[in-house]
Amino acid sequence: MNFPKELKYTKSHEWVKQEADGSVLVGLTDYAQQELGDLVFVNLPDEGDEVTAGEVFGDVESVKAVSDIYSPVTGVVTAVNEALLDAPESINEDPYGAWFLKVGEITETEELMDAESYEAFTKEEA
Amino acid sequence: MGNFISTTREEQLEMLQEIGYDSFQALFAGIPKDVLLKERLSLPEGCSELEVSRILAGLAAKNVVFPHIFRGAGAYHHYIPAIVKNVTAKEEFLTAYTPYQAEISQGNLQSIFEFQSMICELTGLDAANASVYDGATAAAESLFMCIERKRKKVLVSATTPPEVLGTMKTYCYGRDTELLIVPAKDGTTDQEALAQMLDDSVACFYVQQPNYYGLIEEARTLGELVHTHGASYIMGCNPIALAALETPAECGADIAVGEGQPLGMPLGFGGPYLGFMTATKKMLRKLPGRIVGETVDQEGRRGYVLTLQAREQHIRREKAGSNICSNQALCALTASVYLSAMGAEGLAQVAGLCTSKAHYLQQELAAAGYPPVYQKPFFHEFVTECPGDGAKVLKMLEQHGYLGGLLLSGNGTGAASRILWCVTEMNTKAEMDELVRLLKEVAEGCN
Amino acid sequence: MQLIFERGKPGRRCTILPECDVPVVTMGAHARQKALHLPAVSENDISRHYTELAKQTHGVNDGFYPLGSCTMKYNPKINELTASLPGFTEIHPLQPEDSVQGCQELLSQAEQMFCEITGMDAMTFQPAAGAHGEFTGLLLIKAYHDQRGDTARNKIIVPDSAHGTNPASAVMVGYQVINIPSGEDGLVDLEALRNAVGPDTAGLMLTNPNTVGLFDTNILEITRIVHEAGGLNYYDGANLNAVMGIARPGDMGFDVIHLNLHKTFSTPHGGGGPGSGPVGCKDMLTPYLPGRKTPASIGQVKAFYGNFLVVVKAFTYVRMLGAEGVPMASQNAVLNANYIRVKLKDIYQMAYDETCMHEFVMTLEQEKHDLQVSAMDIAKALLDYGIHPPTMYFPLIVHEALMVEPTETESRESLDELIQAFVKIYETAKTNPEQIRSAPHKTQVSRLDEVAAARNPRLRYEWPE
Repeated sequence: MNFPKELKYTKSHEWVKQEADGSVLVGLTDYAQQELGDLVFVNLPDEGDEVTAGEVFGDVESVKAVSDIYSPVTGVVTAVNEALLDAPESINEDPYGAWFLKVGEITETEELMDAESYEAFTKEEA
Repeated sequence: MGNFISTTREEQLEMLQEIGYDSFQALFAGIPKDVLLKERLSLPEGCSELEVSRILAGLAAKNVVFPHIFRGAGAYHHYIPAIVKNVTAKEEFLTAYTPYQAEISQGNLQSIFEFQSMICELTGLDAANASVYDGATAAAESLFMCIERKRKKVLVSATTPPEVLGTMKTYCYGRDTELLIVPAKDGTTDQEALAQMLDDSVACFYVQQPNYYGLIEEARTLGELVHTHGASYIMGCNPIALAALETPAECGADIAVGEGQPLGMPLGFGGPYLGFMTATKKMLRKLPGRIVGETVDQEGRRGYVLTLQAREQHIRREKAGSNICSNQALCALTASVYLSAMGAEGLAQVAGLCTSKAHYLQQELAAAGYPPVYQKPFFHEFVTECPGDGAKVLKMLEQHGYLGGLLLSGNGTGAASRILWCVTEMNTKAEMDELVRLLKEVAEGCN
Repeated sequence: MQLIFERGKPGRRCTILPECDVPVVTMGAHARQKALHLPAVSENDISRHYTELAKQTHGVNDGFYPLGSCTMKYNPKINELTASLPGFTEIHPLQPEDSVQGCQELLSQAEQMFCEITGMDAMTFQPAAGAHGEFTGLLLIKAYHDQRGDTARNKIIVPDSAHGTNPASAVMVGYQVINIPSGEDGLVDLEALRNAVGPDTAGLMLTNPNTVGLFDTNILEITRIVHEAGGLNYYDGANLNAVMGIARPGDMGFDVIHLNLHKTFSTPHGGGGPGSGPVGCKDMLTPYLPGRKTPASIGQVKAFYGNFLVVVKAFTYVRMLGAEGVPMASQNAVLNANYIRVKLKDIYQMAYDETCMHEFVMTLEQEKHDLQVSAMDIAKALLDYGIHPPTMYFPLIVHEALMVEPTETESRESLDELIQAFVKIYETAKTNPEQIRSAPHKTQVSRLDEVAAARNPRLRYEWPE
């Protein structure tokens, strides 16, 4: 299982990538996509929507279940990865490439874990 | 006493013993005494099959079956081909459960897939669900498919039938949704009023085609208006009329719903009927209810499954768009068999017969002193004035075995009564001529 | 199997209708432009097609259907006869009142009988299904609180073991859902309930027996807690087959209920409908019932009066069973369920090791861990025995759940057959688990690719242009 070192992680299994311009990219971790199984659809917010740290911003669907995705930051959605809507399988195939949202105007960030702490966390959960 | 239990009393006592209970009471020992019934229910004594068949026959005999029906208004008297009744009586279809176990339900699933395909062909839109309870609830559910964060108001034409509008209002009460009625002008939707009422807070506009008065709306123009304001366009339709009328797709509808009862279901005092819902590809995931999709099994054989289930209540629970847990499967099957029995030519024939006969009756009624109220194109229903007391006229017709048109109340003009007539392929020229003769008598009596 | 569109040839048709006997009129400017495609088949083609589809459909008449929570009891054929009487089928819903006295009397007598069975004061037959009934019942609760000006009540409490329709219905009535956990014993956790109620409680939705087949012995305390907080109690009637004629929701503290006529009252499931979900209520909610001309009525939840012909079937059934037959059905439903439970409990893990009501839940969690054989696998293996699998993965509070409900209409041989099948499957799971994991083997199709179906939906046939 993959835990890229340059990313940060949440307890709800999202990864967070800090961008040069101060915004962040958010996605689902390798651990999450394995637990969820084959994903068939993604429900995302729109550009311009506000998101709040610790609150649900969307969800992913597998055949038999729906899982909420939580925002790690408070801010405004500046970009949405529309490609995921047509190819949700890319979340399974390339979880760290399949970003969901880009969030800017960040006013609050949750406490995030580094790769090592997150890996330990996932071992505890199992 | 009627009894469908397959074990004898002896067997039951044996079984109780075998599993360690000394009586039936012992099985219910866990139920609090305060809650257990102490006396028998005050129900009639049970009876045999012969007795119950007599009881039901007795009740049925207290209803009047009209040999001549000229009333529609949401429930239509059409011919039901024998093959339809034959197929839908098949026990496998009748007694099967929802096809969650796809491997043993391919027959059921494929029949739904065929239904979805045929309904899409009728409306011209891209996807259909497996059906909902009826046309009125389909219309109500369609409104909520369109609600967005910034668009929460729904507009509905005043020409929508009262049963549909009533249902929409109740559903909107449930979700605290504002429903505004777009007034009618001369029997069809007032386009200017609609234009004025459309803005960025409107989610959708619903109109029925043909409308409650039987009239053909300017559906394309209405659709264009709705879209210029970014709202969604919903049309409610008559499935028989769709063989002859421009489709909702041709009129720009995003969602097309309707009452499928005309497709082989009897009048049945109002149910069970059939609600169908179709939508564009874009809106497909907003459709409530079951949907069947095509796929393959492990050997690559074509098969069918319930799909897109993550929209539904058993998965999304409180996040589901709708709570609907069933479809009207047997009624959808009825519609499929009907559409197969008719075929495209046959359905066009039904539509043609309805329209032609309705126009004949309208003409004859006008000559008999019952002029039409509206001078606009119609499908198979139309409104006429009625000289004298409409209630008395209809009563007289009923005495002769004719269920006349529906007396329209609340039109508030203070003028003489109005009647909404319906003609289908079931009405012969002789029947219509006799109807007119009877009405002439009454009309002459009033002058 | 061929699709019906793949049968036939252009030009084939049935001869259903006569020629037009009046001048022909067409739609003119509003005519349909796009060609309409429908099957072009002879009656023989249609007959063969649906016979083939019927052979690939499995109904209660084909075999045992121990689906927990669905009450797949035998569908009496007399119901079909009475519901096809022309005196019912040919009646237009908008006929004058004096011409539908038979329908009115049937509905009135049905109301009386079902109110007696449930301990309610009034009933509407308008809702077309259980979920529709839930929606209606919750609207009554909403109207009740609104009328009293008590608009702060915006929450409905639902146990985490509830059927998905419960929270979904609550949301359709603008309520927020408070999920309370079930205790270790599978029953409502009273402490959790006490903490959840308050001035914002509109009501509680519950089924009793609950979704793990146990009668909640604290029921009077539960409904009292909610009433004391000012809320009302809604009874999901899906499990009524355990207690009809034995206990009544009206005596348990419930104010409003729905029935599933297609479960408890023997009307056929039709492959997914039509059903009927009548809603009964106590006096204080009667003014709000739909389909009545009372000023406070919530209006209507569908067109006309409900699935009348389905009500005819249920009425026929209850009239036949009568005062003695009704409790007898429940008693035997509970006997049959316990019979299977006791005979399987040494092999399979029961979620709760105690007397069950009309259904019980097994858990395959251990087997999933040890043998990599899941509840789904066991269920699919049953298909090879010609038996419809029990309900899988519900309720959510039990992992790898299989819920079995035999109903009272199964014979002893039928119950023994199911038990034997379960035993054989277990043995195979231990000695040759792959056989079970790859089941079913004897069905027309094997496991279907649901992922592909959801990722790339193909929801209709595309006619070649």
